[in-house]
Amino acid sequence: MTPTDPATAAPAPTAPHPHMAAQVRWRTVEYVFWLATLLPFVVAPDYLALASQIAITALFALSLDLILGYAGIVSLGHAAFFGFGAYAAGLVSKWGWGEPLSGLLIAGLAAGLLGYLMSFVIARFRHLALIMITLGFGLLLLEAANSASGLTGGADGLQGVKMWPVLGLFKFDLYGFTAYWYALIVLFVFFLMARRLINSPFGLSLRGIRENPVRMRAIGAESGPHIRKIYTIAAFMAGVAGAVLTQTTETVSLGVLDFQRSADILVILILGGAGRLYGGLIGAIIYMIARDWFSGVNPQYWYFPIGVLLIAVVLFLPNGMLGGIAQLIDTVRGRRWFGWLTSPPPWLRSGSKP
Amino acid sequence: MSPVLETRGLDKSFGSLAVARNIGIALPRGVRYALIGPNGAGKTTLINLMTGMLHPDGGQIMLDGEDITALGPEERVRRGLVRTFQINSLFPHLNPLEAVTLTICERERIARTWWRPTSDYRAAIDEAYGILDSLMLGPVCTRETRELPYGQQRLLEIALALATRPKVLLLDEPAAGVPREESSELFTAITSLSQDITVLFIEHDMELVFRLASRIIVMVGGGILLEGTPEEISADPRVREVYLGGAHG
Repeated sequence: MTPTDPATAAPAPTAPHPHMAAQVRWRTVEYVFWLATLLPFVVAPDYLALASQIAITALFALSLDLILGYAGIVSLGHAAFFGFGAYAAGLVSKWGWGEPLSGLLIAGLAAGLLGYLMSFVIARFRHLALIMITLGFGLLLLEAANSASGLTGGADGLQGVKMWPVLGLFKFDLYGFTAYWYALIVLFVFFLMARRLINSPFGLSLRGIRENPVRMRAIGAESGPHIRKIYTIAAFMAGVAGAVLTQTTETVSLGVLDFQRSADILVILILGGAGRLYGGLIGAIIYMIARDWFSGVNPQYWYFPIGVLLIAVVLFLPNGMLGGIAQLIDTVRGRRWFGWLTSPPPWLRSGSKP
Repeated sequence: MSPVLETRGLDKSFGSLAVARNIGIALPRGVRYALIGPNGAGKTTLINLMTGMLHPDGGQIMLDGEDITALGPEERVRRGLVRTFQINSLFPHLNPLEAVTLTICERERIARTWWRPTSDYRAAIDEAYGILDSLMLGPVCTRETRELPYGQQRLLEIALALATRPKVLLLDEPAAGVPREESSELFTAITSLSQDITVLFIEHDMELVFRLASRIIVMVGGGILLEGTPEEISADPRVREVYLGGAHG
């Protein structure tokens, strides 16, 4: 099958409406993915605590994907919102309100408000300046939490977090059974929201901002309001992810605000593939399982193989694992089979997005 | 008839270099203007001034009789003053259908909605496809922009501008870099633009200028040397000296 043959070249993709509708439709592999998230209950009941950590990290990565992968806003301080949400959820519970769902909402709103305020600064900068600003902001918040030990418990962590049963029925148990399905449902709800968002006109504008902010101005679009909006939404989501961590572990440590966490989540997103809805999810699964496994093999140098993995992915799959898979599917379908052999694709030569 | 776009005494300097000197032009509705002049004459600077990408040191810009000198680029586009770029400035990872739909959604102010899929906005998609089809981009509208041949990317530049429903269209070297054998589609696209749209285009290719323009403005050294019909321009000895003579012998 060659792309030049009009009989075999698929006629459907050029029709505008089916093409746009196809982007929204659920694919089989998506159903498979979400069904597979239920597997830990059956296959690995001893690892439910890890599974809930993965779900929380996936939600955090998804929130970063919205700003970095879709709108092209770089952040090295995204843990600020994760940590803010984590502390907010912890304090609400410590002060006597242990109801999980409303706690989640309060933490999300708190982080969202912080994100909204921050977004006015974010919308004015790009690239390197953004890295510095978000990095500085993250460090600032970490030190603030450290010094306000009366409120946060400082380096000892926040004590006295007690969660009530979810919906008054399901207690958070020692085995992480409730924790996992709770985290999974929260992840799924926000995934549905993110999925809807990226397929909307707003999502399209975000991709436009990522691709070419100068052109956005020249077609009469103001990027600022879009950036402020997505940044607020992403901060809300990150805050919720932090809150789920607090609620399922009933403790908050300074680690939730750590630079390491901001860096890890970036690594996760790049591993999985930024700008692809499932990139953060796949990245979180691979990274967390790899970390668990490598630290079991060698507790001291477990970051070494992670580093190798990251370099390998960036060198050979600059669009992440999902990008690599998409490339492979294209190749197998014959779209670029011969082109591939005769001239290597640009990402093999330069490794950079145009 | 009052001009749709008018500049009065526009000045702009970068340090001691005057890139625009007292520029006053008035473009009536529906006219095709060519803006010519040697390299460094200030043609692109004039477009940047008119579209708000640069701020003039002095002077006024009027669109439909309203002073738009203080408005930002986005607001000028919304009022119908739209440009294309000499070097392609597109959305590489979006396909033409998405890019034009995006432009229409921004124009219609539905780009803020995030709870409805884009595919629900059938009118916007139909309009986007219509624009692409009229520029012969229909068959490739779902291929990523970066994969398109250069000539088609030049057409997409125009498609994006048209999707904003311009009153005045400023084309910065629309055929720049397009091989002669591929440029016929581009010529057709420009000649078949609606007569409601006023077009001002920068072009070095004199054949294209004389074919498409009903009036020509000649710029030299940041100022306007002359304005007239193609016949007047080609007969003028000053133009021959500074531009036609030097460049085309």
